[in-house]
Amino acid sequence: MSDSAAPLTTADGVPLKVSLRRAVRRSKLKALLLVSPLLLFLGIAFVIPIFEMLSRSVANPEVSTHLPRTVAALEHWDRQALPDEPVFEALVEDLREGQAARNLGLLASRLNYERSGMRSAINRTARGLGSMEPPYREAMIDAHTRWGELDTWKLIEREASPFTMTYYLSALDRQLTPDGDITMAPDNQQIHVSLFWRTFWMSGLITLMTLLLGYPIAFLLANLPLRHSNLLMILVLLPFWTSLLVRTTTWIAILQSQGVLNDIMVFLGVIADEARWQMIHNKIGTVVAMTHILLPFMILPLYSVMKTIPPSYMRAARSLGGRPFLCFRRVYFPLTIPGIAAGGILVFILSIGYYITPALVGGQSGRFITNYIAYHMQTSLNWGLAAAIASILLCVVVVFYLVFNRLVGVDKVKLG
Amino acid sequence: MTDTPEAESAAPVASVPPETDEIFARFTNVQKSYDGVELVVKDFNLDIRKGEFVTLLGPSGSGKTTCLMMMAGFETPTHGEILLKGEPISGLPPHKRGIGMVFQNYALFPHMTVAENLSFPLEVRHLSKAQIKEKVARALAMVRLEEFGDRRPAQLSGGQQQRVALARALVFEPELVLMDEPLGALDKNLREEMQYEIKRIHASLGVTMIYVTHDQTEALTMSDRIAVFNDGVVQQLASPDELYERPENAFVAYFIGENNRLMGEVSERLGDDCKVRLDSGDTVIAKPVAVGGVGSRTTLSLRPERVSILREDAAEQFDNQFTATVQEVIYLGDHLRTRLSVCGNEDFILKTPNAQGFGVMRPGQQIQVGWSSADCRALDA
Repeated sequence: MSDSAAPLTTADGVPLKVSLRRAVRRSKLKALLLVSPLLLFLGIAFVIPIFEMLSRSVANPEVSTHLPRTVAALEHWDRQALPDEPVFEALVEDLREGQAARNLGLLASRLNYERSGMRSAINRTARGLGSMEPPYREAMIDAHTRWGELDTWKLIEREASPFTMTYYLSALDRQLTPDGDITMAPDNQQIHVSLFWRTFWMSGLITLMTLLLGYPIAFLLANLPLRHSNLLMILVLLPFWTSLLVRTTTWIAILQSQGVLNDIMVFLGVIADEARWQMIHNKIGTVVAMTHILLPFMILPLYSVMKTIPPSYMRAARSLGGRPFLCFRRVYFPLTIPGIAAGGILVFILSIGYYITPALVGGQSGRFITNYIAYHMQTSLNWGLAAAIASILLCVVVVFYLVFNRLVGVDKVKLG
Repeated sequence: MTDTPEAESAAPVASVPPETDEIFARFTNVQKSYDGVELVVKDFNLDIRKGEFVTLLGPSGSGKTTCLMMMAGFETPTHGEILLKGEPISGLPPHKRGIGMVFQNYALFPHMTVAENLSFPLEVRHLSKAQIKEKVARALAMVRLEEFGDRRPAQLSGGQQQRVALARALVFEPELVLMDEPLGALDKNLREEMQYEIKRIHASLGVTMIYVTHDQTEALTMSDRIAVFNDGVVQQLASPDELYERPENAFVAYFIGENNRLMGEVSERLGDDCKVRLDSGDTVIAKPVAVGGVGSRTTLSLRPERVSILREDAAEQFDNQFTATVQEVIYLGDHLRTRLSVCGNEDFILKTPNAQGFGVMRPGQQIQVGWSSADCRALDA
């Protein structure tokens, strides 16, 4: 202790830190070895594909790879008037090459995202390439009017860059003008922002519903004698043992207009046979089914927090003269806030990323942004846009996570 | 506006003598069963005078805490009635009883500061801000924690938390305070300090206190009267000296203080005394307390400090004298515990002060011991 300047050593003179490092190296290696299969699996099957996919949201290889000569020829273009003959000649050569390799489709789709009519311009021109004679400028404009428009050439020049932000812009219902300014997309093409909002407020509503339904159950779970609470816990966990698809489609059977609930209502005379309620394939269906499916994720974190609150707190509050509700509001409820926050963030994050349930029971009006990601992946094949929407969603989740971690602490999320 | 008349009562008067004859609280024929099969509390009767400090003492599971919880209103008696100031309180919910309570693990609200904890009972009684501030300050001063009002309970030591719990139970000036093993979580020194603290507060405020503990020393130091519980029944209700000096049955003798036991059967009754023939064959003269006639089994109870070592030259002073063999000597600083083998009992304990005139004993040594028949109580078997 006296000569603190000298580093501590073990009995044989080796510095203590070195000695300690040596001693723990073995156990560290062992730990690494134990997790390595999973790490490897996650890396190959999960992390790499996700980053590959997300990189598509900015990747822009089509123009630069399929029109290399044109891009080079456009380098000295003044952007004021239509390009000269050499540029048209370069384009014809590029298109001929693409035609021979049969890969003009990708280029046509890419340009068509930005400017409608480009697909037919490229396809029609390509069909007539064989018989095309110089001067190419007149011949091309003759083949399709788009080649005679200044904006077409501005587009090709702009998209020559290997990266683009147009996917993100269209994910947010915005677009670039030919001169590079950001404007709103035409009204009839604005769809994503409202879908984002719908996803968020419906997820919020679902979170609120699970809280209202789950709070009393979690309270019971935490306060019943063990014998009863075990049974209740099994009932809470039961949904986890049933297929998600089964749970979702069950709601179709219950809620559809010829379904169980409507039949009972008609039978009881609450509603007329002609005026059956439309409760499925709309927002109601999505909220009801998702509340049911996500309920355990609210109950379990609430339960784990409530379990740690001794009953003597409420007793103390009662003995001090508080009415039952006041004791709950002033003493019990504040102590469960970490559980509410943990359950809330869990349900909310799960909910904004949910796909299968809204797809099955949401109809047109109850669909989430995730269903559009799937649409762009499977139907429209605009993977760049799908990746951009997915990235935005991921960012939102990360922001929520960070805020939650700052306010509550992520170690508060426990499932039992 | 308030639920309890206590809230408006005057400031506590200092030094109310505990002995008034007014019955403040009363348990009459109280029984409690949780499962309908077993009685946790069997026919509990207790009168508590105003200003008294009554302790319910007993091993865990003896029903003492249940009695306290019934008084507080967290359990309902299966049978019988509990009266507070002459009124039955069975129908009264806990928050309307106006009883202060200190819990085993203090039950301080962790999300409130000390001052907020203390103002809680005053806020629910709708006192004005100024009144609350003044009463909280006074309560903190009473437990000597004036500086700690802004701390959270988690930032306090166990002893400080205990004081806050005490202050919180007293701040709304209840006439009755219940304590459920409040010192159980403290270490020995702190526990003794808090015992005096609670006694001091009890004396200065004149409140009635019902205290539950399984620690006999705690019960003996603090109480005016002690009810010894076992098996759901009060074994003896008496003042501490009465309990220690004159236990009425073998359980009380065993539970309160240290106790040498000799088993035997009554062989002869002699007026105020009786002769007991021990299982070893020796005969002891004892004071009959809870024994039947000649031939009935009995347990003789004898406090270790009431046994004397006889010098060889001394004249005979005791009506019981035996030869004993020293088995073991345990050094305890201020006194020595000597384990003897006498009258067939291998665990006969003798306490001698570590002072001049008391020679050192070695294991194997033979000595003469004696005791008075008045200190040797013949109890139930």
